[in-house]
Amino acid sequence: MFDISLYSFQVYWWFIVSLLGALFVFMTFVQGGQTLLYTLGKTEDERSLIIGSLGRKWELTFTALVMFGGAIFAAFPLFYAVSFGGAYYVWMAILFAFIIQAVSYEYRRKPDNVYGERFYETLLFINGSLGIFLIGVALGTLYTGGNFIVNEMNLSQWTQHSYGLEALLQPFNVAFGLMLFFVSRIGASLYLYNNLDNQEIASRIFKTLKISTTLFLPFFLYVLFYMLLKDTYVYDATSKVVNIESMKLLHTLLDNPILFILLIVGIVLFLYSIFIALFKNNQKAVWYYGFGIVIIVTILLFIVGIEHTIFYPSLSNIQSSLHIERASGSYYTLSVMSVVSLLVPVVLSYIFLVWRSMDKTKMTIEEVKSDHHHY
Amino acid sequence: MENELALVDWSRAQFALTALYHWLFVPLTLGLTFIVAIMETIYVKTGDIWWKNTTKFWMGLLAINFAIGLATGIIMEFEFGTNWSNYAWIVGDIFGAPLAIEGLMAFFMESTFFAVMFFGWDKVSKGMHLTSTWLVALGSNLSALWILVANGWMQHPVGMKFNPDTARNEMQNFWEVLFNPNGVSKFLHTISSGYVLASLFVIGISAWYLLKKREVLFAKRSMIVAASFGFLTSLFLLISGDESAYNVAQKQPMKLAAMEGLYHGEGKAGIVALGILKPEEEILKDPKHPFYFDIEIPNALSFLAHHSADAYVPGVNDLVYGNEEHGIESVASKMQKGKLAVQALTDYKKFKKEGNDKEAKIALKTFEKYQHVMGYGYLKEPTDAVPNVPIVFYSFHIMVGLGTWFLLLFIVVLYFSMINEIENKRLLLMLTVLTLPMGYVAQEAGWIVAEVGRQPWAIQDMLPVGMATSNISTTSVQITFWLFAVLFTALLIAEIKIMFKQIQIGPEGGH
Repeated sequence: MFDISLYSFQVYWWFIVSLLGALFVFMTFVQGGQTLLYTLGKTEDERSLIIGSLGRKWELTFTALVMFGGAIFAAFPLFYAVSFGGAYYVWMAILFAFIIQAVSYEYRRKPDNVYGERFYETLLFINGSLGIFLIGVALGTLYTGGNFIVNEMNLSQWTQHSYGLEALLQPFNVAFGLMLFFVSRIGASLYLYNNLDNQEIASRIFKTLKISTTLFLPFFLYVLFYMLLKDTYVYDATSKVVNIESMKLLHTLLDNPILFILLIVGIVLFLYSIFIALFKNNQKAVWYYGFGIVIIVTILLFIVGIEHTIFYPSLSNIQSSLHIERASGSYYTLSVMSVVSLLVPVVLSYIFLVWRSMDKTKMTIEEVKSDHHHY
Repeated sequence: MENELALVDWSRAQFALTALYHWLFVPLTLGLTFIVAIMETIYVKTGDIWWKNTTKFWMGLLAINFAIGLATGIIMEFEFGTNWSNYAWIVGDIFGAPLAIEGLMAFFMESTFFAVMFFGWDKVSKGMHLTSTWLVALGSNLSALWILVANGWMQHPVGMKFNPDTARNEMQNFWEVLFNPNGVSKFLHTISSGYVLASLFVIGISAWYLLKKREVLFAKRSMIVAASFGFLTSLFLLISGDESAYNVAQKQPMKLAAMEGLYHGEGKAGIVALGILKPEEEILKDPKHPFYFDIEIPNALSFLAHHSADAYVPGVNDLVYGNEEHGIESVASKMQKGKLAVQALTDYKKFKKEGNDKEAKIALKTFEKYQHVMGYGYLKEPTDAVPNVPIVFYSFHIMVGLGTWFLLLFIVVLYFSMINEIENKRLLLMLTVLTLPMGYVAQEAGWIVAEVGRQPWAIQDMLPVGMATSNISTTSVQITFWLFAVLFTALLIAEIKIMFKQIQIGPEGGH
């Protein structure tokens, strides 16, 4: 068959993981919408409409997160072991934030739900705010590192008893978390603008979109320039010894013009989507946003794993740092999983088809009220 | 990096807690998705709107269950990393693949078509809606397939090889992992148990309506569908249970011995249909008579385990202390060899690092000789290889006893439903209602047999739980254990209250 090197499989799988991460970030418009429930919905009916619209997508976001974790486990098990088993409190807090989401849509309006409607709405807010912020913090550690050591048997240990919470002391990680939080609200605004037929909510969306964009941009610019210009850990291809290189991620982009151009295209699409929503009342803006954000996040995650870059620096012992060659699964497993990954376009296609057939007409309050099963 | 006992126990407790909660909801989803798909198929075939409403009612209850199943499920996947990070590295190369495939093949299918199933009645064609409902059923069962392939592999690891350079097991043959007999029989047994529970759920609620003399037609028709489904799947449950026990006998003889409370091995071994175990101290004095009282079916265990009525079945003591006559090696001997393998691996890594290839080669040879029992090298005492016998024994017997009762119940309910007499059989209806919680007891008992029965192994004979945990503080796990306990209990209370209310409202009341 094809003669594909182990390194090629590792790069391919780092790309798949980056893409899944990007698709998850796009889908966090669900979480963004949850945090905007009372900002956009002023009446009970309006809130039910928003929840009804988000409720038809929340499982996809949830699944994207699970898939992201599953792909890391299969393709880069050492990262899975080191990060999840070390930054314990951060990952557990994220999981708690997602556990509470799963029941809230279904139970929120049900009679005898024990804790009342507002309780479940609060859970949705926690999921949308704390959950997304912490995922941003965890992703930020790909660029700033974690306090772990890996021994000669590749078994790992965290060296701080705060088990990952110390990441909150790094301004970059916090900025990353806030960036993700605000981008989820931008996504929510554009999604709801596209999906709902309600003038009152639409008028509030414009205001929210402006505020979220204004708050997002400084964090995005800080994150982008910091990561591109910072000193970054790299490893020697032969000896696997880890060193430091100045502005490594910027060099990776400049050495790979296609990635650089794609990143620019992603940013332009992203900004264009906000522009046409705000100034052209274009309800299809969410799709430009979607493509833009997926491209941006994919590239930013991808470059941290390729060109012999360390994608998970160890702050406790530089030589314990993880790169895709060290952290990956075996050749056989990656090749089997690569065959399985051919299903990704199939899955994306049926999601697209179902999404289109379910959303061909915009949702109204009347539809939500008349629906036999509603949230 | 062997971890302290308290950490191991708390990690096990947390995993057990989350799995037990998760398993309260999954079996119902596995079966109920099929039952609603059958009902919707009848609707599409007959065009009878009554079946559409019936489908919607059961779908409503499915949604309540499905949501909490998802909530409790997300933690399971990530716990392999958060609490079992050594495990995640040592076998992640094999174990991660089925989990990732589960996400790609099953979860996306479920979550995509779930939205159509619940909200697409007026948005897509009848055919597409029906297809979506069947795809949700297929997706949830595919999900079970992959997770049980992974679980079956833990109980009987195949298709892999230990790589001393990376210090982990690496996959060598995906098909061996997928078609591992242990995984296949586990899958078939587990999904059929889910179908049985869902059937009990439907006939139990329908029986309650009949006792209340309401929703009579709805209840009777639902009972016919569910009792038929339950009867057929119960038969399958029996067959797959037999196959599963056979696999256990071949690959996990210690688990089988614990399931049967068999301490002293024998030929022509019987199955204890009913028995009360003596305390461990008394059994140690007289291992041939471990029961205060028991009813035995002669030769049945030999037949079940080896398909021969005369076959020898080893007991707990034979497996721990060895039995030369039957060629069984003692745990102490395996521990000795296992320690040699552990040391040889350490030496190999050391010599490789020093560039001493000659010594590394010698160490590697020693390692390869004993690596098949390496896991025993981490045990402290030979008796560490024995699971908690009373828990496994009673759980197994509760599971089997209840499973038999369910089959009888389905036959009787189906008979009286077919002759249209069911609503007059109040005692039977009451029994049917009371049997529903027993379905959950049987499910949890089955899970306990499977998981407690294989202790102390995370991976059979290869990796004990003590070596598999994350290297974190015990306090961290205690904190999250209690948080899970509180959160899941709170969610369970809400789920039960909502479910009861929806049942009380009934199919005419909307959701």
